[in-house]
Amino acid sequence: MANLSAVDLSPFVFSTDAQHHRMHLLVDGIRCAKCVFQIENTLNQQPHVNAKLTMSTRRLVVEWQGDAARGNDLAHQLHSMGYATKPFESVLADETDQSHEKFLLRCMTVAGFASGNMMLLSVALWTTTAAEMGEATRALMHWVSALIALPTVLYAGRPFYQSAWAALKNKRTNMDVPISVALVLTSAMSVFEILHHGQHAYFDSVVMLVFLLLIGRYLDQRVRGKARAAAESLLQMLSGTATVISHGVHQLLPIRQLQEGMMLHVAAGEKIAADGVVEEGASQLDASLLTGESHYQDIEAGSAVVGGMINLSAPIVVRVTKATDDSLLAQVVRLMEKAEQGNAHYVRLADKIARYYTPVVHVLALATFLGWVFAGMAWQQALLIAATVLIITCPCALGLAVPVVQVVASTQLFKRGILLKSGDALERLATITKVFFDKTGTLTLGQPALQNRADIPPDRLLLAAAMARHSQHPLSQALHAFDGGAHQKISVTEHQGLGLQAVIDGRIVKLGSRKFCQITAEADQKLELWLTQEGAPPQRLIFADHLRPDAAATCYHLTAEKLSPALLSGDRQSVVARTAADVGIDDYAAELTPLHKVEKIEACHRRGEKTLMVGDGLNDAAALTAAFVSMSPATALDITQNAADIVFQGQSLSAVTVALHVARRAQALVKQNFVISLAYNMLAVPLAMAGQVTPLVAAVAMAASSIAVVLNAQRLKVQQSWMC
Amino acid sequence: MDVLIYLIPIALTLGVLGLGAFFWALKTGQFEDMDKEAHRIVAQEEDTP
Repeated sequence: MANLSAVDLSPFVFSTDAQHHRMHLLVDGIRCAKCVFQIENTLNQQPHVNAKLTMSTRRLVVEWQGDAARGNDLAHQLHSMGYATKPFESVLADETDQSHEKFLLRCMTVAGFASGNMMLLSVALWTTTAAEMGEATRALMHWVSALIALPTVLYAGRPFYQSAWAALKNKRTNMDVPISVALVLTSAMSVFEILHHGQHAYFDSVVMLVFLLLIGRYLDQRVRGKARAAAESLLQMLSGTATVISHGVHQLLPIRQLQEGMMLHVAAGEKIAADGVVEEGASQLDASLLTGESHYQDIEAGSAVVGGMINLSAPIVVRVTKATDDSLLAQVVRLMEKAEQGNAHYVRLADKIARYYTPVVHVLALATFLGWVFAGMAWQQALLIAATVLIITCPCALGLAVPVVQVVASTQLFKRGILLKSGDALERLATITKVFFDKTGTLTLGQPALQNRADIPPDRLLLAAAMARHSQHPLSQALHAFDGGAHQKISVTEHQGLGLQAVIDGRIVKLGSRKFCQITAEADQKLELWLTQEGAPPQRLIFADHLRPDAAATCYHLTAEKLSPALLSGDRQSVVARTAADVGIDDYAAELTPLHKVEKIEACHRRGEKTLMVGDGLNDAAALTAAFVSMSPATALDITQNAADIVFQGQSLSAVTVALHVARRAQALVKQNFVISLAYNMLAVPLAMAGQVTPLVAAVAMAASSIAVVLNAQRLKVQQSWMC
Repeated sequence: MDVLIYLIPIALTLGVLGLGAFFWALKTGQFEDMDKEAHRIVAQEEDTP
């Protein structure tokens, strides 16, 4: 095994100054809260160390004072406690995200506090006339309202102002521009009203608007944050580091810094970080993530390996033959970058509407002002009417139209284990016309499962499972499910890359490869293990990758909806053809490289189709980026999950159809919401321009349109409950 | 109605106190890991070395 104490983590230490350092680690092997407290306590007992471990994401943040190299000692301590750690790279993006979430939460609580208090005052103000209440009391209540509302609008409105300002600076408009204008104008006009002892102020409307909008923003941010964390917690070696041996010392290096000729130490279960040649050791490789190939390869000294393959059974040493820039992995990454540039930035529906809405509304207000001035009205009064136009067109309902639906939709999906990673994924998903699937790990489960269970005597299966308990090889793992707890006390020795051996009742029992068990029967292409026991005939265990339970049903539904599902695979022709037939797909292509997959998708785009790509392998990452919208299972590689817009958990492929239905339903509701709010505006604006809208009518109308939009979004839940 | 002069400030002060408490809780990271904190009471005994 690698001498972990010698692993150098220094490239991953952030130093704020010479004395203060910080490091982010992903800790493996945390099973319960006890582990969390143990780790925190052990580290915090050191002088000047502050450690914080988040249980749900397994992320550890350690800060310490003194020498930067102390980071290695701290990591070593964790290793000696039995926890594996990996440096965590995507820290910066994540921190910005978290602080933005906190910022929204603070704004939302302030707005919530203000709304609660405003409601108390508003009830009195709206239900009682000045005659009953007395002028002085009403003035007091108005001023108290202003005291609460103005700081709130200033403080809690910042997310909108910032976003609006950023859009205006880039000479664009988005929904936040009219929202910001409305917030500022409504507040200003209310102040004007109470200064002139007017009857009504709109502080309550402003504060409630801010609060409602912020709830939507915050929930949206949170759901997306959760989805991202789920994808990132699987961060593994590929996007991070490799263990390099130089002069007998093991050192962790970012994969990007790998050079030709370096020696890599690859432990069992690790991914190989770069293309190279095996120098020492013999093992088995799983290349399925890279090629979609569902067979394992035997390798020994001298075999060529490709970055991205997983080393299964024994540690090996690999000499890097291609600097990382030239490796297959780097090619995939380059393809992804290219695909990302090719994909024009998607403009959300709400922003498209805002693009027209904002100028129209502001021109109308200006026209109103000029019209009344030319008609001979005093400019103050004309300005007041113009402001009413702006307030009545206040985009409460319009601003809420998308977020409320999105929040309801994403929580519905989240409950089913479908995580939205980008906000506009649902909008894009609703419009797709073609679906592409990858094979291994997407249509199939990507894990071998025992196929000939019926042919194996139960006692021998139990024996095989008891032996397999001692190994983490994928074929052994497929047997773990059959472990009935028999033969608890056997001592099993693992022969790396070959199999397992034990002595039971004085007889040697072997579970392993054909060679290890000395089987002479004719070999075929199937995945197999053999169980031999002295004095009994050898037993063959055959494994195969199974289809996801509802793969065929999902493809059938997609075909019925004229989305013509197609299969893109890197696997061999015969295997792909069989899988395609099993799930009922006519359109398939086999033996594709990552580049071919991208080409297929781009060819589709040129025909004007909008594509959904569902895939899990590294070879799909570029295709996922190139596709109009993409999904990947939670079992996929992190790099693939990062490329995908939607990540789904569990074995069921019906996540694809569920997401599709929710997306379409949500999009229909969004459109209805826009219609509701625009219809409201078309009724209210002419009245406001004519100066016919009383403040009470304005307030009630605004609230009514917002409530209509919020209630309409809730219909998604109702539809959902009978859909599945 | 004169009572409003006392009651409104009292109501507002109480509200602001609550808001302040929440901000404090947020700032000290009490919402950062909901899973872990729920277990702290159980882990306490094994906690102390």
